[in-house]
Amino acid sequence: MNAPAQHPPAVRTTCPYCGVGCGVLAKPDSHGGAVIAGDPEHPANFGRLCSKGSALGETLGPETRLLHPMVQSGGALVRTSWDHALDRVANGFARTAREHGPDSVAFYLSGQLLSEDYYVANKLMKGFIGTANVDTNSRLCMASSVAGHRRAFGADTVPGCYADLDRADLIVLVGSNAAWCHPVLYQRMMANKRERGAKLIVIDPRRTATAEEADLFLAVAPGMDTALFCGLLVHLSETQAFDFAYIDVHTTGFAEALTRAQDIAPDVKKTATLTGLATADVARFFEMFTSTPKVVTCYSQGVNQSAQGTDKVTSIINCHLATGRIGRAGMGPFSLTGQPNAMGGREVGGLANQLAAHMTFGHESVDRVGRFWNAKAMARREGLKAVDMFDAISRGEIKALWVMATNPAVSLPRAGHVRAALEKLDLLVISDNVAGNDTVRANAHVLLPAAAWGEKDGTVTNSERRISRQRAFLPLPGEAKPDWWIVTQVARRMGFAEAFAYQSAADVFREHAALSAFENHGTRAFDIGGLASLSDDEFDGLKPVQWPARTATPHEDSRFFAEGGFFTPDGKARMIAPEMPRPHAALSPEFPFRLNTGRIRDQWHTMTRTGLSPKLGGHLPEPFVEVHPDDAMQAGLVAGGFARVTSPYGSCVLKVIISEGQRCGSLFAPIHWSGETASSARIGELVTPATDPYSGQPEAKATPATIEPVAFKYRGFALSRGRLSLPEPTWWARAAVARGQGLLLASNDTPEAWRAISASMFAGTEIAEFVDAIGDIYRMAAFADGRLVGCLFVGPSGNAPQWDVVKSLFEAEAVGETQRRGMLSGKSTDGIADPGPVVCACFGVGLNTICNALADGTAANVESIGKALRAGTNCGSCLPELKKLVSQRSVDHVRAAQAV
Amino acid sequence: MSEPLVIIGNGMAAAKLVEELNARALGRYAVCVIGDEPRLAYNRVLLSSVLAREVSRGDIELKAAGWWRAHGVTLLYGHRAVSIDADIRRVKLANGATLPFGKLVLATGSKAIRLNVPGMDMPGVITFRDLADVASMEQAAKTHRRAAVIGGGLLGLEAAYGLAKAGMQVSVIHLMDRLMERQLDARASAMLKSAVEAKGIEVHLNAETAAIKGPHRAEKVLLKGGGEIAADLVVVAAGIRANSDLAATAGLTINRGIAVDDHMQSSKADIYAIGECAEHRGTCYGLVEPAYEQARVLAGHLAGQNAAYQGSVLATNLKVSGVNVYSAGDFIGAPGTENIVLSDPGLGSYKKLVLKDGKLAGAVLFGDTADGLWYSELIRLGTPVAAMRGDLIFGRALAERSLPKAESPKPLPPKDMAA
Repeated sequence: MNAPAQHPPAVRTTCPYCGVGCGVLAKPDSHGGAVIAGDPEHPANFGRLCSKGSALGETLGPETRLLHPMVQSGGALVRTSWDHALDRVANGFARTAREHGPDSVAFYLSGQLLSEDYYVANKLMKGFIGTANVDTNSRLCMASSVAGHRRAFGADTVPGCYADLDRADLIVLVGSNAAWCHPVLYQRMMANKRERGAKLIVIDPRRTATAEEADLFLAVAPGMDTALFCGLLVHLSETQAFDFAYIDVHTTGFAEALTRAQDIAPDVKKTATLTGLATADVARFFEMFTSTPKVVTCYSQGVNQSAQGTDKVTSIINCHLATGRIGRAGMGPFSLTGQPNAMGGREVGGLANQLAAHMTFGHESVDRVGRFWNAKAMARREGLKAVDMFDAISRGEIKALWVMATNPAVSLPRAGHVRAALEKLDLLVISDNVAGNDTVRANAHVLLPAAAWGEKDGTVTNSERRISRQRAFLPLPGEAKPDWWIVTQVARRMGFAEAFAYQSAADVFREHAALSAFENHGTRAFDIGGLASLSDDEFDGLKPVQWPARTATPHEDSRFFAEGGFFTPDGKARMIAPEMPRPHAALSPEFPFRLNTGRIRDQWHTMTRTGLSPKLGGHLPEPFVEVHPDDAMQAGLVAGGFARVTSPYGSCVLKVIISEGQRCGSLFAPIHWSGETASSARIGELVTPATDPYSGQPEAKATPATIEPVAFKYRGFALSRGRLSLPEPTWWARAAVARGQGLLLASNDTPEAWRAISASMFAGTEIAEFVDAIGDIYRMAAFADGRLVGCLFVGPSGNAPQWDVVKSLFEAEAVGETQRRGMLSGKSTDGIADPGPVVCACFGVGLNTICNALADGTAANVESIGKALRAGTNCGSCLPELKKLVSQRSVDHVRAAQAV
Repeated sequence: MSEPLVIIGNGMAAAKLVEELNARALGRYAVCVIGDEPRLAYNRVLLSSVLAREVSRGDIELKAAGWWRAHGVTLLYGHRAVSIDADIRRVKLANGATLPFGKLVLATGSKAIRLNVPGMDMPGVITFRDLADVASMEQAAKTHRRAAVIGGGLLGLEAAYGLAKAGMQVSVIHLMDRLMERQLDARASAMLKSAVEAKGIEVHLNAETAAIKGPHRAEKVLLKGGGEIAADLVVVAAGIRANSDLAATAGLTINRGIAVDDHMQSSKADIYAIGECAEHRGTCYGLVEPAYEQARVLAGHLAGQNAAYQGSVLATNLKVSGVNVYSAGDFIGAPGTENIVLSDPGLGSYKKLVLKDGKLAGAVLFGDTADGLWYSELIRLGTPVAAMRGDLIFGRALAERSLPKAESPKPLPPKDMAA
């Protein structure tokens, strides 16, 4: 009897993708990966996971990891020791701040960081180096929500919780493709719709997957959400749907807000005109909102990523405040955050316009935090927000930058400008877990290997203010270290050892929790003082917990503001009058389209993680631009062809998808592709640097642009075990495939040229080829030791080779002979019998065919083989071999008979 | 009374003719077969296999002695016919006997060409045509180590393969720049050369024999332009010539071979010729398949059926030195044709299809020849192949599967080749 195999228990952790913050059960397997399942006990997802979360196990491989510190030396990055690397960072930042002042250095952080990582970085910069030049990629994601919350509520506080989505009778999704971007929450909404009959309204310029299930879809004109909600406020007024008791007691600014709304959108008709919607649809929306008390308005990047983002948030919040529909079960405005720890970053103050623990740069707060930290060099004013920060780098004002866990050379507006700016830095430090991305390639001086998801340990906060543990279930690979440790080591080397004496993430968390409660007395919403004295064991075992957590046992599903209690000096909410909405830049004959950017279902950010998953890569493997059929016809675009999209800042070449769901006059392109994953699809390159005046969030969804067709004569694909590079000016997109990688390509190089290119790409292998010069087709497969190691198929664009069959052979690696013979056809050989080596040359009869005939009794001797298969009946040269087969067969029979 | 039918020659064509006649016109003719080799008809294609000891001598007999008897055939092997009197319809044998015939079939085959260079008649220089040659080669292999084969065509390579298998060190001397140039394109030839060399056989291309030297018997082959190759045994396989001497005695028209019409009849009534000795529409064939087709046609004709020979699509479908090779039609590719090439050196496979006007015009296959017959049929029938152009080279199963159901060409009619 064997003892039962010892399986390590599954570790409870949190998904590293969107802001839903789903609980994950991760069970390490024996090959360095993990089996992933949803955590049935986590209140965000109750066991459900989306496609990205489910594929986490495929993204843990070591192939792309940065495994040891590296420094630039003689123009190249070379391996070095932690000691040396940390010294270089500490000395570099100290010297730069000393010589050029503290504002000459900056950190650019990420919603991927854990709260503990965020906390120490923020503390080092704002308390000890003495500048607030700490910003984060969350700026690109939800800064307008933060600004909108703070303006209205006096604090960056999400009033409701996920349970409201289960209990609402009407859910309004504004600028949110939740079906793809927050799939688990979307499923909760769908369950509510199914089980309770809740209605769904989707407001989005683009008919996304989310709109499929909507009871009402409003294809609002880009940037005109504010007009719609102003119209709604006016309608609420006219139908006497206001809750004057709430307005009177708990808000100020009502009259101004309503007057402004009336100026902007005095009636349904005007609202319809401004928003480009049918009057009846607008009226129906107003009526549904007005008549349904339990309404949750969720908003996401479509609202936030705008030069009027804060006003959009404001106009939504105004409608909820005016109806008192806030902080009560099934009601409220609800910001759905993009990143796993955008909320945690906001909590620690990881934005340039926040200090720490939801405190701002008021004199009192600076003093308070300074005392708590025992910091002598407190930053006293806001630092530079992301776009401004990179402009300051470009102007040479910021000379040293530390980028943690993000890829600004891809994701920021005018990404090309950002890349050029990075190259001007005296010191560019990058801590990340990947060895190569576009930012790393922009002149990094020091690379620090950071722990990745599955290795790091700490906390994250999701969209409903729920703090969950992210736990390690894998050992740290190579010399990788957690970010909090790295920052702490640098801080110590800069002379701040006492203030950075942390030995663990738990140490950091306790201090963070204590600061949230420090001199709080209920004046600040963010208070997790109840968790400040968790023991290490209690921290390890911490269950998901919502803030506020003033005591160690806070409420489940807490809500804010049902009874007022705003975090303004007078405790009242501010109803703000929004500006007349208009996109920042006007369209012109040169740039007549609005370029909208966004995500797709199965990729995350710049694909450094999701790009590793073959499963996820299969959904939409090529970077694309979505175009309305009328626009496509006018511009001469064909479905499946290519187009160059150009803005004043740059251009990309993308595959064309023609879709009725796309708004006429608008283009949509995903944000995920980078210089690492595609030849010409870094869409950030095109995005306008215009930002919201309050939040500093870039207008990522309304850049004026133009589109023109690009013709490639040939298309194809390549598969390889290792990394392949294709010659300029090939158009390519990288896609993950199992046991290697795939490139989809388009080119004007002839198949004959590709023959030469592939010969050098796969030099030293055995090459099988298919050449049809007149048909303009070239296909090749490379083998080493009988195993398929790569291939390249090129053919005319009109008849582009499909890679499905070849890809599955490539992923299987060991290729059977029949499969190999048929492989370059690109078609499946399933069901085609393998005749085996030819025995009868005249009739092409194979060994297997003959043996089968002998085995199944079709033939018993040379003569009957001839009758059945014709083998041996012409020249007769194979007759001796047939005789041998027949006698061999009889011997086998006898043996088999004896064996029985 | 049965009409006397005399067949001169006891090779593969003759055996096939008798077999076909028995199937079609049993009892109509009293058949007599005359052969100068002192043995029953055997499969000449397998001579190199005998030499290579892959098969025994007995295994290559086409029909057992009992078969001939049972079918009432008078078998005069070991007898040489020396002349024919067409007027009185008599065949005279070397022993002086004469045989009367009503119908006469010449199936005398061909003989190896001997080069016109010094030393050709020296001991140790032989040709490779029959079992006697095999015996001499086997004998030589026992006592000598080095052999040279002059001629890099099928026959020469087969001889080289057999000799190498029999343990000799073999060099092939070939006049042209590639092996089997009449059956293979450059690439297939190069692959064949590698395959042959992998068997330990040296290949000398562009090499013309100047003389064979040795005081008493062959010791070396001298090449034009210098160079010599040591050889105790020299096998000359530089081509064949139709055996038409006997036909000349009958006053038949002879060009490169005995001229025959579509009924395989020579210039004189009731005298026919089939196999390598015959010339049909200007062509002498050197392969077994056309000989069999001719035998079938002639059998039909002699049986009173309406049979006519239209010439053979020249398909080569062979195993050379253990490698399958196939070619048919215009496999080089004349101007105006299109090539599709598939190669996989790891599988030892190379294929080239030549298309013209949407039809298959030729093909050469190396290694993987299983679909050769199918390609031959497509060439012969002129089937349009445009719809399956992309998959054609991957073989019948894949190509036909990719066709829309309605467009699938009808299954090819099986050619009546069954014994």
